[in-house]
Amino acid sequence: MTDLEKAQQSADRVATVLDPAYLFPDYTSTVLRSPSKALVMPPAGLSELTGPTFGSGDVRDTDADLTVHGSGEAIGERIIVHGTVRDSYGKPVRNTLVEVWQANAAGRYIHKVDQHPAPLDPNFVGAGRCLTDEQGHYTFTTIKPGPYPWRNHTNAWRPAHIHFSLFGRAFTQRLVTQMYFPGDPLFFQDPIFNGVRDEAARKRLISSYDHSATRPEWALGYRFDIVLGGAARTPMEES
Amino acid sequence: MTEPIPPTFVYEVTDVPASEGVTPWQTVGPYFHYALPYDSGPQVAGSSRPGAFTLHGCVYDAEGRPIPDSLVEIWQADESGRFVDEPGIFEAPAPDGFRGFGRCDTDADGHYAFTTVKPAGVPTENGAEQAPHIAMSVFARGMLRRVVTRVYFDDEASANASDPLLSSVEASRSATLVAASEDGGYRFDVRLQGADETVFLDVAAH
Ligand SMILES: [Fe+2]
Repeated sequence: MTDLEKAQQSADRVATVLDPAYLFPDYTSTVLRSPSKALVMPPAGLSELTGPTFGSGDVRDTDADLTVHGSGEAIGERIIVHGTVRDSYGKPVRNTLVEVWQANAAGRYIHKVDQHPAPLDPNFVGAGRCLTDEQGHYTFTTIKPGPYPWRNHTNAWRPAHIHFSLFGRAFTQRLVTQMYFPGDPLFFQDPIFNGVRDEAARKRLISSYDHSATRPEWALGYRFDIVLGGAARTPMEES
Repeated sequence: MTEPIPPTFVYEVTDVPASEGVTPWQTVGPYFHYALPYDSGPQVAGSSRPGAFTLHGCVYDAEGRPIPDSLVEIWQADESGRFVDEPGIFEAPAPDGFRGFGRCDTDADGHYAFTTVKPAGVPTENGAEQAPHIAMSVFARGMLRRVVTRVYFDDEASANASDPLLSSVEASRSATLVAASEDGGYRFDVRLQGADETVFLDVAAH
């Protein structure tokens, strides 16, 4: 099979499983913001198979603890969120940047366009970042975010979630997603979560309660493992 | 803003366990501004680097309205085709330095702008030559995943003519991948949907 045939075959495969699709009308604002034409598969080029790398200069230790940036304690249920970042071959992705942001315990973001009439917490900003370690593992300490209303449909509420942004080793592996909590009663009406139509794939977005990560008299643990799609040009040190 | 739709949809929630596989995308949402953009994000190259220019444009929706709450990222080689492998994205590049990565949120007019340089053409994985280009991602509320495209340059006509991607796209659409030279740099608009929709790429399956 030629490279072109391989690429076309793989384009067909991906076209049928693009999930979430761009257009999901239940999520109203996808209607005018979704590409309507088929994606084009470019030849695998080095611009996409490489990406920025990260070092200790990118993060401070306190960036991974979202609860310590005020003059007092952040309000809410303190939690530890951790997991391992792997590529689609199961290899840990180390020293990669993980950025998170979230609402506070009352469901309010420190953001000028968030008009939800819930209190801000002067001791909680809700943004953090860290690098994965040599085993691809990351850990954040934060506050469990509250659900919040939005205007997509009547009486619409977002399930509690933490936004995640990851780079992986290459432009191809970039991922922006949201982590949810087990048993959230709001899943049944959320078109963002349900925009992932494959139910078993959608369930990958739900963290699991992890008692082994729970710290006595301090914080509850949740585990959220992440798998990045896309290839990277494997650096020498990784082979 | 579209009217809220009545809750005609109810999604079934069952005990199906998660399957093994790649973590799905979710939208970046409307509230990323205090977390993701940073001051030096638009500085891919230092402004006094020889050849530095402004790469800018607007992101538009299906009705041609600018999108004020999107995030644009780019990644590229330098003038010699080298990709930066020194770690770090948050520190500004030196005045004549180069970082390779940029991040810029769009303003009220849907406008983004980077300071960068034109990369040398870098080959495909199989060694085929490609015209100079920059890899670009756009994220926004209302997009359940990013869109990916490439920024080529209109003053590279002969390299563009033999570029494998540009020549594989129908002629009527390939122009959406080419930035227009102007005083001080290049303009590259992104149109998410419509007759002049930008060509978007699938890079996840490589
Ligand atoms: Fe959110």
